[in-house]
Amino acid sequence: MANLTINGKTFTLDVEPDTPLLWAIRENAGLTGTKYGCGIAQCGACTVHMDGVATRSCGVSVAEAEGKKITTIEGLASGGTLHKVQQAWIAKDVPQCGYCQSGMIMAVAALLSEKPRPTDADIDEAITNICRCGTFQQVREAIHTIASA
Amino acid sequence: MNKHVSPKMNRRAFVIGTAAVGTGLAIGLDLPFGGPAVVRAADGSPEVNAWVVIRPDDTVVIRIARSEMGQGSLTGLAQLVAEELECDWTKVTTEYPTPGQSVARKRVWGDFSTGGSRGIRTSQDYVRKGGATARVMLIQAAADEWKVPASECTVAKGVITHTASGKTTTYGKVAEAAAKLTPPAEVKLKDPKDWTIAGKGLLRLDTADKTTGTMVYGIDIKLPGMLNAAIKDCPVFGGKVKSFDEAKITGMKGVRKVVKVGDSAVAVVADTWWQAKTALEALPIVWDEGDNAKVSSETIAKWLAEGLDDAQPAYVGNKNGDVKAAIAGAAKKIEAVYNYPYQNHATMEPMNATALYTADKCEVWCGTQNGEAAFAAVLEASGLPAEKCDVHKVMLGGGFGRRGMTDYVRQAVAIARQMPGTPIKLLWSREEDMTHGRYHPITQCKMTGALDADNNLVALHYRLSGQSILFSVRPDALQNGMDPAAFQGVAQSGEAALGYSVPNLLVEHSMRNPHVPPGFWRGVNVNHNAIYMECFMDELAHAAGQDPLEFRRKLMGKNPKHLAVLNAVAEKIGWTTPAPQGVYRGIAQVMGYGSYVAGAAEISVTDGSKVKVLRIVASTDPGYVVNPAQVERQIAGSFVYGLSALFYGGCTVKDGRIEQTNFDTFNSMRINEMPKVESVMVPSGGFWGGVGEPTIGVAAPAVLNAYFAATGKRIRSVPLRDQNISFA
Ligand code: FES
Ligand code: FES
Repeated sequence: MANLTINGKTFTLDVEPDTPLLWAIRENAGLTGTKYGCGIAQCGACTVHMDGVATRSCGVSVAEAEGKKITTIEGLASGGTLHKVQQAWIAKDVPQCGYCQSGMIMAVAALLSEKPRPTDADIDEAITNICRCGTFQQVREAIHTIASA
Repeated sequence: MNKHVSPKMNRRAFVIGTAAVGTGLAIGLDLPFGGPAVVRAADGSPEVNAWVVIRPDDTVVIRIARSEMGQGSLTGLAQLVAEELECDWTKVTTEYPTPGQSVARKRVWGDFSTGGSRGIRTSQDYVRKGGATARVMLIQAAADEWKVPASECTVAKGVITHTASGKTTTYGKVAEAAAKLTPPAEVKLKDPKDWTIAGKGLLRLDTADKTTGTMVYGIDIKLPGMLNAAIKDCPVFGGKVKSFDEAKITGMKGVRKVVKVGDSAVAVVADTWWQAKTALEALPIVWDEGDNAKVSSETIAKWLAEGLDDAQPAYVGNKNGDVKAAIAGAAKKIEAVYNYPYQNHATMEPMNATALYTADKCEVWCGTQNGEAAFAAVLEASGLPAEKCDVHKVMLGGGFGRRGMTDYVRQAVAIARQMPGTPIKLLWSREEDMTHGRYHPITQCKMTGALDADNNLVALHYRLSGQSILFSVRPDALQNGMDPAAFQGVAQSGEAALGYSVPNLLVEHSMRNPHVPPGFWRGVNVNHNAIYMECFMDELAHAAGQDPLEFRRKLMGKNPKHLAVLNAVAEKIGWTTPAPQGVYRGIAQVMGYGSYVAGAAEISVTDGSKVKVLRIVASTDPGYVVNPAQVERQIAGSFVYGLSALFYGGCTVKDGRIEQTNFDTFNSMRINEMPKVESVMVPSGGFWGGVGEPTIGVAAPAVLNAYFAATGKRIRSVPLRDQNISFA
């Protein structure tokens, strides 16, 4: 059993303490917006916020996540208003297949909350998610659009 | 006959035995554009024809048979239908018909296959006709109601107007009547220069859900009572399961069943996938690996190298003049051997499919690039006839050719068959996905070029040795044993024709098929052929003491379209003006999938091993551009995919199995490694080429040629990872 706080709600989940947070979120909490890409903290598809910090949920156990405030892509919008990153993603038509984008958006949202006006170098350093479709150009443009708004 | 037949009821009228459905669906195509019996969509709205459903609130539902996997053709195809339909684009939504429905209606939606960059180009004609036919019928219905000639009515954005009387109505109001009309025998399609919806860089129709986590991919399917399966196929291709010790994992939390899948795989079914995967890892399995376990990258390389020898038999793909005599008599002879490795597609979403099997029904939910092939696989794996099967397509988390295969669909059905009544979601781990791909084929190429005393290219011998995809995937497409697709990009004519005229030319292929299963990998054979040809062209230019662009131009007089895209990138990158200090340029061109593409790169190199790609310019002539914003994304994406393969890709074989198991050993480019791609579109009209794949062909050679310009060193082997060259 584990008690997790996800998107402001408390979930009591029947999972082993060493279950990766990713799978507890997807399978036990039923929030499938967070994606599985590699399971070894390489790709970023599973990125969520843990106490506001972008975290690859496949590399964190449920035990480690207990007591932390977890936000997934489903919890990024607030009160029916999409987060500015989501809005920019729609306006700039960023996603191709979209599978990496939950993680990409979570990583970008965390970057912008820390650095509202990131330079290209800041983006290069903070955004290390894999996108096999190759949306990097649109990702960069959308970040700059938000930063200059 | 019932006038209100739903697609589902209609289906019963066309029973097709499994015998008619082999690897493909051996049923003719019938593409009617409406008829007297109204067919209704699931919500009861009338079909004006198979492509267009109009709801009473004027919403236009456009049916899309091809699959969306990020490439944007869902939006592009909808644009083409909407253009002819003259509907209000803001009221357009899309829907996938199922392959089962299509087969039941004599394949009314045509081919579902979404590969070979064919999504738009091979269906544009009939989907546009679908839109145009519906428009004519909708106007006719309004005219009938008003008792005026249709010729006096006009339409704009779904509003029909009778000019003389000023009466107006909307598509939603007349759709019911229109659906009962006999479709016109012929319709005239618009000249693309008059397009107002197609040809524009409109936003995609499927973006919003991809930003909120609500888009459903195969991995996200949830069905009541569903269980999850993890699978392990024999690590050596062609091997079998000898035994497994189920007792070791019975009692593990959540585990429901351990099943053999075919003769080569074992799956664990559990409440959650994580439980299934954990148990599978604890399950002792003994494999019968067979003789393939002796194969390694070294043994494959040796076998392929033997095929470079002229004494070995080879298929001739393109030939003119007498190459051997011309080389023997030439002033200068240049020779080089290149190679290209296996590549995994590594779609961001690993392979998966969900199957529900009962005694009289088998349904599958999955991402697939070919709904009909998946459907045929379900029939075969379930043993049930067509009217008892169906495939529900969902968004693909990447395809790149991998999801045109149906291995994962068959596995899901095979597991579900052993648990009737329980929906089973089969998901491959990334490790399973990396080691059980359908890999970009492995090849080597020996090229010999000859220059005369004036440094003109007089002969070129291009000898490929290596794997054929068709041999393994579609042997019926071989021509007397020859794989015609092996010559993509270096062919004599057709949609992947060589852009150079060489007086004495010989292009041949010594086919050697190792046991590693090949597949169509974005760009397919254009990838290695473009690297070989375009890097060697650079070598020849260098040997001739000529500028690589000028050297190519002289050989391209008879191929103005190839030349036009090459010129476009040369101009945009500023080829004739010197690059900044420390910056070096490379250029390449190729034709593939009916389109002409060229690319140029600017790079800097530190210590001969650290490469910074500073600038990429790419040009394409696909004939017509349906959505320039999406074409631009396909061009940029092709560079990311192609350069990832060049720098980081490459799958090696040891003891008969693939060594790379995840992104730590099979890496992919990140945002810091990728410059902006400046694309130049030069659509010349008169033909329809693809855009999802051709550009990948020029990505690697443009950078490799720039690397030579920077270092004086030729790289003839991919990936660069193995030569200690990396991104700066
Ligand atoms: S799934 Fe967690 S980083 Fe890839
Ligand atoms: S949009 Fe497809 S992997 Fe990023």
